[in-house]
Amino acid sequence: MFEPAQVAHLSRLARLGLTDEELERLRAQLGDIVRAVGKLAEAPTGQVDPTAQVGGLYNVMREDRVVDGLTQDEALANASSHEAGLIRVPAIQ
Amino acid sequence: MSLLDLSIAEMARGLRDREFSSVELVEAAYQQIDRLDGELGAFLRTTRDQALAQASVCDRELAVSPDGRGELYGIPVAYKDVLCTQGVETTAASRILSGFIPPYSATVVERMESQGAIALGKLNCDEFAMGSSNENSAFQQTRNPWATDRVPGGSSGGSAVAVSARMAAATLGSDTGGSIRLPASFCGVVGVKPSYGRVSRYGLIAFASSLDQVGPLTKTVADSALVLGAIAGEDPHDATSSQAPVASYQDAIGQGVSGLRVGIPKEYLAMGIEPGVRRVFDQAAQWLEAEGARLVEVSLPSTEYALAAYYVIAPAEVSSNLARMDGVRFGPGFGGATNLGDAYEHARHQGFGGEVRRRITLGTYVLSSGYYDAYYLRAQKVRTLVAQDFERVFSEVDCVISPTAPTAAFRLGERLADPLAMYATDLLTLPANLAGISGISVPAGFSDALPVGLQVLGPYLGEATCFRVAAQVEAAADIWRVGPETAGAAEEGV
Amino acid sequence: MSRQWEAVIGLEVHAQLLTESKMFCGCRAQYLGLPPNSNTCPVCLGLPGTLPVMNRAAVEMTIRTALALNCEIPEFTKFDRKNYFYPDLPKGYQISQYDLPLSLNGCLEFEVGGRVVRAGITRVHLEEDAGTLHHAGEIHTSSFSLVDLNRAGVPLMEIVGEPDLRHPEEAPAYLAALRQTLMYLGVNDGNMEEGSLRCDANISLREKGSSVLGAKVEVKNMNSFRSIQRALEFEFQRQADLLEQGRKVAQETRGWSDLEQVTVSQRSKEEAQEYRYFPEPDLPPLRVARDYVERIREALPELPRAKRVRLRESYSLAEDQARVIAESPEDAAYFEAVVEAGADPRSAANWQVQNLQALCNASKIRVADCRIPPVALARLVQLVDQDQVSGVVAKDVLAECFVSGDAPAELIASRGLAQVSDQRQLRELVEQAVTANSKAALDYQAGNDKALNALVGFVMAASRGKANSKMVSQLLRERLPRS
Ligand SMILES: [Zn+2]
Repeated sequence: MFEPAQVAHLSRLARLGLTDEELERLRAQLGDIVRAVGKLAEAPTGQVDPTAQVGGLYNVMREDRVVDGLTQDEALANASSHEAGLIRVPAIQ
Repeated sequence: MSLLDLSIAEMARGLRDREFSSVELVEAAYQQIDRLDGELGAFLRTTRDQALAQASVCDRELAVSPDGRGELYGIPVAYKDVLCTQGVETTAASRILSGFIPPYSATVVERMESQGAIALGKLNCDEFAMGSSNENSAFQQTRNPWATDRVPGGSSGGSAVAVSARMAAATLGSDTGGSIRLPASFCGVVGVKPSYGRVSRYGLIAFASSLDQVGPLTKTVADSALVLGAIAGEDPHDATSSQAPVASYQDAIGQGVSGLRVGIPKEYLAMGIEPGVRRVFDQAAQWLEAEGARLVEVSLPSTEYALAAYYVIAPAEVSSNLARMDGVRFGPGFGGATNLGDAYEHARHQGFGGEVRRRITLGTYVLSSGYYDAYYLRAQKVRTLVAQDFERVFSEVDCVISPTAPTAAFRLGERLADPLAMYATDLLTLPANLAGISGISVPAGFSDALPVGLQVLGPYLGEATCFRVAAQVEAAADIWRVGPETAGAAEEGV
Repeated sequence: MSRQWEAVIGLEVHAQLLTESKMFCGCRAQYLGLPPNSNTCPVCLGLPGTLPVMNRAAVEMTIRTALALNCEIPEFTKFDRKNYFYPDLPKGYQISQYDLPLSLNGCLEFEVGGRVVRAGITRVHLEEDAGTLHHAGEIHTSSFSLVDLNRAGVPLMEIVGEPDLRHPEEAPAYLAALRQTLMYLGVNDGNMEEGSLRCDANISLREKGSSVLGAKVEVKNMNSFRSIQRALEFEFQRQADLLEQGRKVAQETRGWSDLEQVTVSQRSKEEAQEYRYFPEPDLPPLRVARDYVERIREALPELPRAKRVRLRESYSLAEDQARVIAESPEDAAYFEAVVEAGADPRSAANWQVQNLQALCNASKIRVADCRIPPVALARLVQLVDQDQVSGVVAKDVLAECFVSGDAPAELIASRGLAQVSDQRQLRELVEQAVTANSKAALDYQAGNDKALNALVGFVMAASRGKANSKMVSQLLRERLPRS
């Protein structure tokens, strides 16, 4: 159902870094799951509107007011690497 | 006998009347934890010093003015590790959040704190709340206190076990497809999934944002009503929180069920319900009828598609919600990767377990162009059908009852190799999340010495009806004082 | 050579909104100059568990802009997640709008080379800005990058233009008109250097007369009007050359290098188009009430083109004067206040555009922000018009008061700088001039008109600029009759 390249592509899109072995196992499981959710095709959804949210809320907004946030130290506290107040990440290639 | 055997109302009375102190309550909770949790594995971490310090403050305050306190004042509680706690590590049971110390607390945590509840620590769960057995934690196995070779149910397994084993008076969990009700049923405690938006999600580490709700797990229905009343209500930090006023849940308890129309969905009973579970369910239905409820068979025809819709919508949202777990602003780092692509992949490969990877991949797939319409869009339409089913049924009946799960707690490892079998555990609970309605699981009996819960589903914002019916079942079953350790003695009476 | 090719250009403009707070949290929207990562909160840091809450003012500003650009405002709109990984994007997705934006189908009229061009606006929608990345050295050779999230979550309006532009020089004109409109609306500060206004372009070529479009190239990294025109001119030539050689234009994204004045192919990300948009579950959708839209429409300020026309027509101004005065609504208001205070409109326009504007340009401030209040300028203009002070003196006085903040009229009075129009005094000066410049006097009488200037100049210098130059000329002519 899933081509190996397709699962590899999904893994890359999601930045999962899966090994070949993991990809192969996942390929089989994904196939099973997608086959099972294929049940959706049988549902009588012809004239039905999609539901993205329940609760029926609209127009929930806040006023444009500044509220104190975090200090620089607090913002960086969980970062694995930072210097001069900036978060350090490996180079973008 | 432990102080933790008491209901919260009883604890509050004891505190007020100076029969025992908050420090004694908290110490009693930690005694249980020390004694049992090595095996049960409910807590990922405890905050003992903090809790005891807070308890003594409560005691001092109570000594000065014992009256006018809320019933949660000085009561030991604990939170599922998907709820952010300021200054206390919060991991969602995932390696990718190891060491993450939130600079803020979830709204529900703040509300519990403002009521004077005392946090004992953080509770294990499935990684990012994805699972039905609590076997997906990156850190430890949580075991069912009624049979330690069995799963506690998931994903809020630690939350259910902590209450069941009398290690906390109440806990908070989260329910995306059954993650509160299922472990509540397996562990013999009460668990509430509030209507979508009834409780703030701010500070709840998101699994599937359009399905997630925080709710209480407690020994009694009244305790759950108390805790839900404390945490429910509009939150300016959560745009999806309901602006409707919060009903008086505790008033619903003791009203009885006379005149209530109680629906029994035929599709739910056709879902391969284990005979022992079915017996408990039938008994509970009889109790309700005997108390004056009218049982009505109802139909929820879209139920057969609900599981498929759920396993498209939830993974889709997961794939996006977990994208922020990239190792940049928090998380254990990049392991020396020299370019960004490798760094992301390193952080996420090391950080995520199998089930999380599976759902992220599935979610990435169903949102991809070319598949969006066939899976995601169609699942959203099925979601509409599921919601319409409930709307129609709730015009005929006041609530719907069913077993919470087709089985009692299963054995550790039993369903691990088969994701689809595991997913089917949520068959009876997840439609409520798709529809956004209220639900509760209340202990109704035992099957082979394992607890069995009854699920009561109410309309959107119909929590009061759920409490009313659940309280009746609780009264009839009369088992809430039976803990896993005292079960032997009690079973002779059952 | 490239005669036969025609460019098809569309611009995509991103404008940061001038709200107080960010799009979805209470951090400041004005982040410039703050220490890195000091303008964040759990929400805009994308910490686990946080949720966005929409800024009402940002929605209103977007609707205001959309209305000014003649867009339709649908009754229903929602936000979507645009998923991609980048270190400046804390959540791993950008909250944006996909299939149901706040507005659609507008247009913008602008002038270029004396022509009025009308370009379609596909949509105006609302989203959040990303943080900023700093690289040690060049992006491709640096071994690490540094992330600042102060900007993350600032409200960003995306204005997508139809591919209605046909010449590279139309692009800066379109952008200038759009920028001016945004500034008139008070929704954006127009600062392209700092990036609060950013512009990307799509350009493809087709043979003149043909409707078959070539491959579309997206050009990025242009941060001035000049670079936009240069980049598009370069792209036009590059694509035309390729087509002339019978080669194909690759559909790609190219970056403009200001340093080398060329566009460079940016390695196309394989999943560039796989954003996996889906409805943002954390934000309830919006129902935009019609009366709300009408209230915003009624409150729209006069827009640049309308203001230019009105200034021209009601005050009989020249086209160029009207354009300079209407550069900003504040400058136009300044002008109208000067007129209101009693100055002749055309004199006021001359003084504002020629003298005051020059002083302001030199000190890089706006007319409306200078130290000369409109009433004071009006008084000065009146004094000149009534011949009570000479133009030369008035100009010096204005320059001095521009710095000191003193009232020009008072300075003139206190220093005795009023224009000398007394015939007797002037005749004396004229006599002196004729005596001291007998050659010029003779030249003038012999028919050399220019010689009179030297004589007038002598009088003006002798009077320290105060002499009424018109009268001096007249008196000199009378004194030196030609036969
Ligand atoms: Zn913020």
